[in-house]
Amino acid sequence: MSRGETLALGAFIFSLAVFVGFLLISKVPTMLHTPLMSGTNFIHGIVLVGALTVAATAHDTLGYLIAVAAVLLGTLNVVGGWVVTDRMLEMFKGRRSGDGRANPPAAAGDPPRADH
Amino acid sequence: MQPSTLTILGYMLTSISFMFGIQLLRSPKTARTGNRVAAVGMLLVLGITAALINGTSNWPLIVPVIAVGTVIGALSARTVRMTAMPQMVALFNGMGGGSAALIAAADFRSAVGSGTASPDITWAIMLSCLIGSVSFAGSLIAFAKLQELMPGRPLTYPLQKAVNAVLLAAIVAIGVYLTVTTQPLSTNLVHDYAPLHFAVSPLFPIFLGLCVALGVLFVVPIGGADMPVIISLLNSFTGLAAAMTGFVLSNDVLIVSGALVGASGTILTQLMSKAMNRSLFNVLFGAFGSKVEATGGAAAEGGTVHPTTVEDVAALLAYASLVIFVPGYGMAVARAQHDVKELADELERRGVSVEYAIHPVAGRMPGHMNVLLAEANVPYPQLKEMDAVNPDFPRADVAMVIGANDVVNPAARNQANSPIYGMPILNVDEAKTVVVLKRSMATGFAGVDNPLFYKPNALMLFGDARSSISELLAEVKRQ
Repeated sequence: MSRGETLALGAFIFSLAVFVGFLLISKVPTMLHTPLMSGTNFIHGIVLVGALTVAATAHDTLGYLIAVAAVLLGTLNVVGGWVVTDRMLEMFKGRRSGDGRANPPAAAGDPPRADH
Repeated sequence: MQPSTLTILGYMLTSISFMFGIQLLRSPKTARTGNRVAAVGMLLVLGITAALINGTSNWPLIVPVIAVGTVIGALSARTVRMTAMPQMVALFNGMGGGSAALIAAADFRSAVGSGTASPDITWAIMLSCLIGSVSFAGSLIAFAKLQELMPGRPLTYPLQKAVNAVLLAAIVAIGVYLTVTTQPLSTNLVHDYAPLHFAVSPLFPIFLGLCVALGVLFVVPIGGADMPVIISLLNSFTGLAAAMTGFVLSNDVLIVSGALVGASGTILTQLMSKAMNRSLFNVLFGAFGSKVEATGGAAAEGGTVHPTTVEDVAALLAYASLVIFVPGYGMAVARAQHDVKELADELERRGVSVEYAIHPVAGRMPGHMNVLLAEANVPYPQLKEMDAVNPDFPRADVAMVIGANDVVNPAARNQANSPIYGMPILNVDEAKTVVVLKRSMATGFAGVDNPLFYKPNALMLFGDARSSISELLAEVKRQ
């Protein structure tokens, strides 16, 4: 593929993904706005893929510095973004059964619990 | 480099898992599963990437950095208090934006160094740097404001908008100039440029610096009450920056995921500003909450507040037929949700009907109150959204306002000159008695005075929300 073709194909899938993104968030209950923001915050952590790609080809001091910073920031985005979202959503559990039994909140530092 | 068939299929699965994950995040029942589905996609794409760069000699550098990032990210996200979640989202969002800007910078260096730079890539590099840096710097400012490392008030100065406009114009001019002048270099020129490497053009570091400055100046004039909207906007910016790095690196999965977040984040931002009855434009450029003096109406007229005691409020509660709790950020700060639930249980035991009125933007994030009350095991049916609960206030005996302020401010209804005029509010003043639990007479996050406190049917119970509530519980039990 020529560069022009790659670019055009990129624009093509970009516009499709934008369309899907618009459709996905049409009607969402207010209480899920924050978890949704947090969840999409995790998803753009995919820049880590780009950071790794760049880090693989770094070969001089400044290049190494940039690569280290990019990979570190990307990792923080992925890991932190996911854990924050999971902790928010953890708060909604225990309600599915609807039995209203007291469910002590997880202490910070508890491993995420399985649902079943 | 042309990706292999397997790689493309893997990218496809990742893209689908992200879309499906967001789809599941739209319902409380499936939300947690949605987050996990997205995590599977992320692990897959990271695995594919690791396989693609397998040959690199830089692993000794990469692996420890990932390990350190994982430990710091997981520990900080896991140990932070629930009330601090909003600023954590801002912080991690900024990390992603910074990463995108750095990737673009690294690619610009190598493209110029290897003589392959040309405008059909540089445009994406410039956009990635711009959007990523703005998101990075802006998110850090949002974090600092929410963490109260700097004042939450809007910081304004003369010619602020003009300065920002000039800055943006300069950035666009330099970006366009760098895009069109960075041509594929002839062999001779490569020799000339090679020793300079990053000194590709002294304009590039200047460009980056200006972008970071724009991010700071863009968020500084925005008030703390509007931070959720700004964080959501910056979140969609980071998505766009990730998509731009996809164009830079010809990586389709980055383009798809980034575009997905950019688009859904934009819609989410609009939903949030709509919940406050404000346009996004007004949020961005209104310097909301800075004009306090203009609206000090009630206080200036010498209105008086009516302080009350725990005993009086306990009696009111114990013999009410309908009590509506109105939680706000004060409840989150005092971590009083469990005590509130206990008080509500005691009232219900005595035959009092209890409801919770949830304003869409109560707290510092939409849904903030729902999360906290869910944590305290408040049954869903008792949580009522604004439109459902407002008709109930006239027949409520007591409206208990627990650390909420701006969302119950009647100025939004009737003071056309108030900065929050037009924002839909909870009409607590229609209840027979309003009890306001508050630490002091300080203004809310929007920095606007609240005429509610001077109304004849409003009683002020000063003190920490949590201790006030537990004292109330003890007193109600004694009645």
